[in-house]
Amino acid sequence: MTHIAPSSRRGFLKASAALGAFTLAIQAPFIEEAAGQSAPAAATAIPPEVNAWVVVKADDTVVIRIARSEMGQGTLTGLAQLVAEELDCDWAKVTTEYPTPTQNLLRNRVWGDMSTGGSRGIRASHDYVRKGGAAAKIMLVQAAAESWKVPAAELTVDKGTIIHAKTNRRTTYGKVAVAAAAITPPAAASITLKDPKDWKIAGKPMARLDTRDKVNGKQVYGADLKLPGMLNAAIKDCPVFGGKVRSFNAAAAMAKPGVKKVVQVGETAVAVVAETWWQAKTGLDAVEILWDEGPNARIQQADIDAMVAEGLTATQAFIGNRAGNMAEAMGKAVLKIEATYSFPFQNHATMEPMNATAVWTADKCEVWCPTQNGDAALAAAAAASGHRAQQCEVHKIHLGGGFGRRGWHDYVTQAVQIAKQMPGVPVKLLWSREEDMLHGRFHPITQCRLTAGLDADGKVDAMHVRISGQSIVAGIAPNLLENGLDSRVFQGMAQGGNEFTFGYGVPNLLIDHAMRNPHVPPGFWRGVNLNQNAVYMECFIDEVAHAAGKDPLEFRRALLRGAPKQLAVLNAVADKGGWGKPAPAGHHRGLAAIMGYGSYVAACAEVSVSRGGEVKVHKITAATDPGHAVNPQQIAAQVEGSFVYGLGAAFYQECTVKDGRMEQENFDTYQALRMDEMPAVESIVMPSGGFWGGVGEPTIAVAAPAVLNAIFAATGKRVRRLPLRHADLKH
Amino acid sequence: MTKLNVNGRVHDVQVDPDTPLLWVIREQLGMTGTKYGCGIAQCGACTVQVDGQAVRSCALPVSAVQPNQKITTIEGLSPNSTHPLQQAWVALDVPQCGYCQSGMLMAAASLLAANPKPTEAEIRENITNICRCGTYNRVIAGIKRAADANARRG
Repeated sequence: MTHIAPSSRRGFLKASAALGAFTLAIQAPFIEEAAGQSAPAAATAIPPEVNAWVVVKADDTVVIRIARSEMGQGTLTGLAQLVAEELDCDWAKVTTEYPTPTQNLLRNRVWGDMSTGGSRGIRASHDYVRKGGAAAKIMLVQAAAESWKVPAAELTVDKGTIIHAKTNRRTTYGKVAVAAAAITPPAAASITLKDPKDWKIAGKPMARLDTRDKVNGKQVYGADLKLPGMLNAAIKDCPVFGGKVRSFNAAAAMAKPGVKKVVQVGETAVAVVAETWWQAKTGLDAVEILWDEGPNARIQQADIDAMVAEGLTATQAFIGNRAGNMAEAMGKAVLKIEATYSFPFQNHATMEPMNATAVWTADKCEVWCPTQNGDAALAAAAAASGHRAQQCEVHKIHLGGGFGRRGWHDYVTQAVQIAKQMPGVPVKLLWSREEDMLHGRFHPITQCRLTAGLDADGKVDAMHVRISGQSIVAGIAPNLLENGLDSRVFQGMAQGGNEFTFGYGVPNLLIDHAMRNPHVPPGFWRGVNLNQNAVYMECFIDEVAHAAGKDPLEFRRALLRGAPKQLAVLNAVADKGGWGKPAPAGHHRGLAAIMGYGSYVAACAEVSVSRGGEVKVHKITAATDPGHAVNPQQIAAQVEGSFVYGLGAAFYQECTVKDGRMEQENFDTYQALRMDEMPAVESIVMPSGGFWGGVGEPTIAVAAPAVLNAIFAATGKRVRRLPLRHADLKH
Repeated sequence: MTKLNVNGRVHDVQVDPDTPLLWVIREQLGMTGTKYGCGIAQCGACTVQVDGQAVRSCALPVSAVQPNQKITTIEGLSPNSTHPLQQAWVALDVPQCGYCQSGMLMAAASLLAANPKPTEAEIRENITNICRCGTYNRVIAGIKRAADANARRG
């Protein structure tokens, strides 16, 4: 068995970074270590791992390895709970560490996928991490059995203490961990996992493992990293997407105090490297840069809007969902209802701007960065460094927000490109907020035209949903297109599958997509396409219910007969949210429900709108059925948080293009939801078992449509263009 | 040379007087608990206290701070995270990513110092820091809990 000691390196980083006395890690033989030539365990005082997921120290501290990234969503704690549950260790003695992507590569991806997006952190790894914990337990028990010369089956475990009742002997995991490491691991197929009803650690509202350092300033984020001899860099990329650097004059910048070097970064950016970041930033302000902005500099927002609008009536489109014969049934409709909605570009605006620290030498490259995907960060570092991946190392650091932005590693590429121009010197690249706003990977722009045909009974007999606009996949990973079709565009509207299924039973249905890709780089933005699709569908269903003269809840119930779990969450919020009962004076309610990321979610919003048109969201009752709930209090935190993200977007957030670049550069023109606008949130977590759904993203999608439907109830006005600050809601 | 009193210690710093206090704290003094978020006093991640008042340090030139003014950063809020707000934050698991929480705590501490028992409306009006993870409701609950703890302690 190969024994690696990532904990020694990470612990070292953490301790040393805090002390400001980090010895340049590239001098440490990490690659040799990972290849199995590490120093003896005694030298580092780290015991051998029991397996890839579990290290038990002599003092019974259990170190659980976490492959996914922690960015606030609580996955670190949830995954540790799942391992600890099967391990039967003492939860009070659990700590965690990140294995590095290079270790993952060298060990044949023993930790699986490091990508942390799509609300997959727990739902896509629960099986193998639990088996990792269970296998470690089997090995630890076997080690005790062998030392006592008794059958392992006679042993029981209680919180990391191994007990042989017959002879009244006890030992602990810490005492047998070294022996356990030498035992042949059980085959994964032979492992039986616990029934979730027997869970004692998983499924419980455990406190997060990462809170304490976040209340006293000790948590080190990428932006806080310090290495000896480290310099700081600020960067300006061509503000027009697709533009390049034509030339730059560094003389004025070089004359400023602390400035060490002004460098071109790739074809498109200029960076200033200085002793401090503030010096680098002010130095950069003094660099005269002449851009070659290219043809995109002529593009305005109105051009993009027109291009997307054209797709609403285009004859060709990719079909995402089809039933019956929509065109024929629509022709026979007694009543037709039609509406067009639009949803803008949005920036993730993580609180911590993009950053990465890199040190490059002729044969190695090492990077420290917040990333949602360690494997991809390693690939970006390797590509930019000119080295093989095995010569590179990426150290993951907790993220100051991710929301999808940190799955794209342009900032790692840049950091390495800068460091490569200063061999041996660690350089920390930190984007300004303005750079972060101008060079996001933007939530895609789309519009949607929905048409419903009702029969004589007021039932929806036909529906056509035409989505027009940008495909993230076409912009980011065209290899994932299926004969040109981007299936992710149909999130929440998909035909079958177990993630994004369209819940409504419409006999004659056509949902299609006219792909229109503007020059703005798209990205996965928390909730992704489910966000606008939920607005489109849930607001439109509300419109159709009103046109049919039906109560929106009853109307949905009739359409959801084939989707019992979606119906159940809808019923839960209607019940707890007081649907059909008198609301406080001036308050009005709206509903939304959808399936996304494998979970079922619904919301009932309670809103008032002043005569002058000012909206106040008083309360949202939310329900989530994620199948299994690993940490209910963290699910509640995700639901509340997702509403802040979703409502901020719905009310305010829009990035618009002028002369080929984004107009919004900071929080003054790109407002976030703040505390005075935060509604009360009642979160109903109702796991029905039998499946694993995500929780970080799905509920975002129901916040906006529930609020918009409540606004209609309050004012009689439909908001079809987001963000809703454009709407005149005087009534 | 500028003299700065930070967390009860006087520091001599050699820095361009236009440098924002935030960057002096982070880069000259090496205390990184105070965060950069926007640089234009919009988001509050950089909030510190100057003579007990919550101040957004990213837009405050260091030259505007007098040597006799007492600056408190998150590192100086309490020894060993014992401030009632920090205890409430831990008890309620307030932080998510945590990046905004230093500023959030410093703003909240300033509010409680001036108004030991704020109403929810006063909390909502006073704390204007941005949290993109969306911890606002737990922040409100945390401030109320700390206020209650203070009241019990008398």
